Amino acid sequence: MKFSVVVFPGSNCDDDAFQAVRSGLGQPVSFVWHGSEDLENADAVILPGGFSYGDYLRTGAIARFSPVMSAVKRFAAGGGLVLGICNGFQILLETGLLPGAMLCNSNLRFICRPVHLRVENASLPFTRSTRVGQVLTIPIAHAEGNYFADERTLAELQRQGRIVFRYCALGGEVTPETNPNGSIDSIAGIANEEGNVIGMMPHPERASDARLGSTDGLYIFRSLLDWFEQMRNAECGVRSQAAVPHSALRTPHSK
Amino acid sequence: MKAKVFVALKRTVLDPQGKTILAALRDLGYADVADVRQGKFFEIGLSDGLGAEQARQQIERIARDVLTNPVIEEFSYQVEP
Repeated sequence: MKFSVVVFPGSNCDDDAFQAVRSGLGQPVSFVWHGSEDLENADAVILPGGFSYGDYLRTGAIARFSPVMSAVKRFAAGGGLVLGICNGFQILLETGLLPGAMLCNSNLRFICRPVHLRVENASLPFTRSTRVGQVLTIPIAHAEGNYFADERTLAELQRQGRIVFRYCALGGEVTPETNPNGSIDSIAGIANEEGNVIGMMPHPERASDARLGSTDGLYIFRSLLDWFEQMRNAECGVRSQAAVPHSALRTPHSK
Repeated sequence: MKAKVFVALKRTVLDPQGKTILAALRDLGYADVADVRQGKFFEIGLSDGLGAEQARQQIERIARDVLTNPVIEEFSYQVEP
């Protein structure tokens, strides 16, 4: 399964996402520069965390107009898998691939610490290796993660099962105290209507190696691989373990 | 020709920065300050040959499509010769 990690000027979690896919998941991955419209045969695209374009104007507001986002929009419209992490989530909101917007954290601070997440929808390509109610421990690192949506949008997200993760306690309870940033309905991650695009504020790539303190982030990457293999087997009409058609590993370009 | 665009969070959206500034002003003894909303201000230079109506149309489009996120923000503007 081939992954592409988009690199905007100001992205700073691109290498982490690259490593999570290559070392944590053992799959091929390449970087795609924001000025390119070629997603390099991606089966899944990751929009990584960071401060694209310095967060000028609004987080993700300028990245939305970069050439690569035209390609990402077409990719998503065709059913391609898109995972937006932190600033990547903010970019997906600005682009309109996901509904809602981000406000400053309610305590006005940059928060960088592990949080507990309750899986709310375990049937998505991104979560199929988890179960509903499972608690993942994954770090957040943001100043604008206070998710906001109007009442109608929120009701739609709730009704359609599009809230993927909620901030919770270690035991899974969702309370105002377990909400680190003031997000409406304790939302940490949402999906689009089709379920092929998700955005999440926590950083799964920072929890993809035991040396980093948690491997819970790998559930998301493994889910994607699991989904991809099932789709491929369904297409081939056989339940074989044939090798995934790997494209050659590309070396990261210099930034 | 010049345009001034003011962007602020909608009234229905909580403004944590405005609330913090309000609390600070109260602490400083400004008892008459009832509310604070924080926003952004843009000064945009336009070609001198542009008509007033064209200028307004362009500024409205720029404000709507780029300067604001309509989910949480609203804008107002002035065009000056």
